[in-house]
Amino acid sequence: MPDATGLELLAQDLREADSDAVLDTLFFRDRATLIVDPARVRPALEWLKGRGYGFLASVHGVDYYPEEPRLGVLYELLDMERVDRLTVKARVHTEKPELASAVPLWTAANVQEREVYDMFGVVFEGHPDLRRILMPDDYEGFPQRRDFPMGGEPVLFTYNEDQVPRWFE
Amino acid sequence: MSQPDVSTYRQREESLTLSPLDPEQAAAEGLSTELLTLNMGPHHPATHGVLRLLVTLEGEVVRDVKPIVGYLHTGIEKTCEDKAYWKAIPVIERMDYLAYFFNAQAFCGAVEALVGVEVPKRAEYLRVIHLELNRIMSHLVWLGTSALDLGAISMFWYCFREKEKILDLFEYSTGQRMHTRYFQVGGVIEDIPRGWVEKVRDFTADMPNRVNQYAAILDRNEIVLQRLRHTGVVDEQTLLDLGVTGPLLRATGNPWDLRKAAPYSAYADFEFKIPVGTVGDNYDRYRVRLAEMVESVRIIDQALDGLPEGPYITGDRKVALPPRHELATSMEALIHHFKLVTEGFRVPPGEIYYPIEGPRGELGCFVRADGSAKPARVHMREPSFIMMPALAEMARDGYIADLIASLGMLDPIIGGVDR
Repeated sequence: MPDATGLELLAQDLREADSDAVLDTLFFRDRATLIVDPARVRPALEWLKGRGYGFLASVHGVDYYPEEPRLGVLYELLDMERVDRLTVKARVHTEKPELASAVPLWTAANVQEREVYDMFGVVFEGHPDLRRILMPDDYEGFPQRRDFPMGGEPVLFTYNEDQVPRWFE
Repeated sequence: MSQPDVSTYRQREESLTLSPLDPEQAAAEGLSTELLTLNMGPHHPATHGVLRLLVTLEGEVVRDVKPIVGYLHTGIEKTCEDKAYWKAIPVIERMDYLAYFFNAQAFCGAVEALVGVEVPKRAEYLRVIHLELNRIMSHLVWLGTSALDLGAISMFWYCFREKEKILDLFEYSTGQRMHTRYFQVGGVIEDIPRGWVEKVRDFTADMPNRVNQYAAILDRNEIVLQRLRHTGVVDEQTLLDLGVTGPLLRATGNPWDLRKAAPYSAYADFEFKIPVGTVGDNYDRYRVRLAEMVESVRIIDQALDGLPEGPYITGDRKVALPPRHELATSMEALIHHFKLVTEGFRVPPGEIYYPIEGPRGELGCFVRADGSAKPARVHMREPSFIMMPALAEMARDGYIADLIASLGMLDPIIGGVDR
């Protein structure tokens, strides 16, 4: 993990490369997070990849309901040479949840961005094959969002099949 | 494939053609060949679970594989958001059902980092012992079922015989064979029972011999060599680009192991080696996992030797239950017990990504706390899910039989893929 100073230096370097890229830095429990402008995610990731963070460990979504912007996408980067981890976070609104895809940088992003799309509805521009991955293709809604109700789907039994509309479709 | 010690079986197979027409003659007569798209699964014995593969074939040669996942999706991550932290542990253990201690360790580690609770040394050692027993167990299931895919049915019985011994050890120490709920935030739920250490010693004394026996059966077996050597080769850079770590990456010669690279829990205290392969074919993957079992035995032995005395769970009553006997005499303990069992403990707001080395690679748990007693988001970075696309790289331009071998050596657990 970069220490707090190292994180600020890294953020400063990134700001010099792209003045609006970094919105904020966060150092919490010895873990470093860069919060970047959602419009500049891909260049920021590309720059960080050039800085040694060459391994994309994980991409996952978070719903910060009721805070705005609600949705967050986190990229867990890893520098295998220096054994250094860095989280890159981009926050997007639910009205226009769009981010540039990281698939051109790492193939690893492919299935994970599909999962984020599946669960949170974040659309990744430039993703080669953005479909649902875990939920059925015709599923409506994004189940990992915080306002998606638990048990929102009735379980189908023989006794209630005439009360569940369109169950046969 | 020009090594003198490799038999020419494959070349002879490739020179065979079952078509009565030669390609030129066929073209002259206006006949054409086309790719065949074949569906494998989701209920296929060789897919080790509910995995569906769309295979594009040219004759018997695989040109592309598309894994279709999600048949086992149970929404565990969503379920966790509705449970107190300690109640989320049992469901999280059920994600990758062969690595339950690892799932629990990743989640508990993340929550411990968020709360800032110190885990006692004895608890760390007990965790390491259970994690490494679990790693051996997971590899044994992999070896037995993969060998079964290759046609070696006796391996299945031998591996499951040892696996049963490990499950008995788990039952002895934790009360359950699988999904034990043994790891708790701040330590482990109970100290090990009397006599357990000796039982584990018996097992660790026995296990290296068993691994040697497996190796004697398989290492130079002609069928194993034919089906594993030089099949499913993927180079290191492709795997890194795909985000794949664990035995698959180590088989290519990259010694990346989080237990060594970024030691968590008590792993810094132990001496062990990281087995690596050379070319990254299926045979290397097999050898790496086999050697890892022996290294795990070494770690367990060292942990048993150095098992410290002391508490097995943190004394912080805000996160760990008080001992049962205190409830009868102490009002404080009763209040703590009541608070923990009803509401659970509250975790200060924050986000943590906590990676550990699972049997299949980096197993990371992301937890976001919002200050309440339930996690606001739990996400598992499951190595099985990440490595699924690597199957296409392994199987492309090989035979469909090699696809089955590659799938076995990939070792995905569908419960972990779909969560």
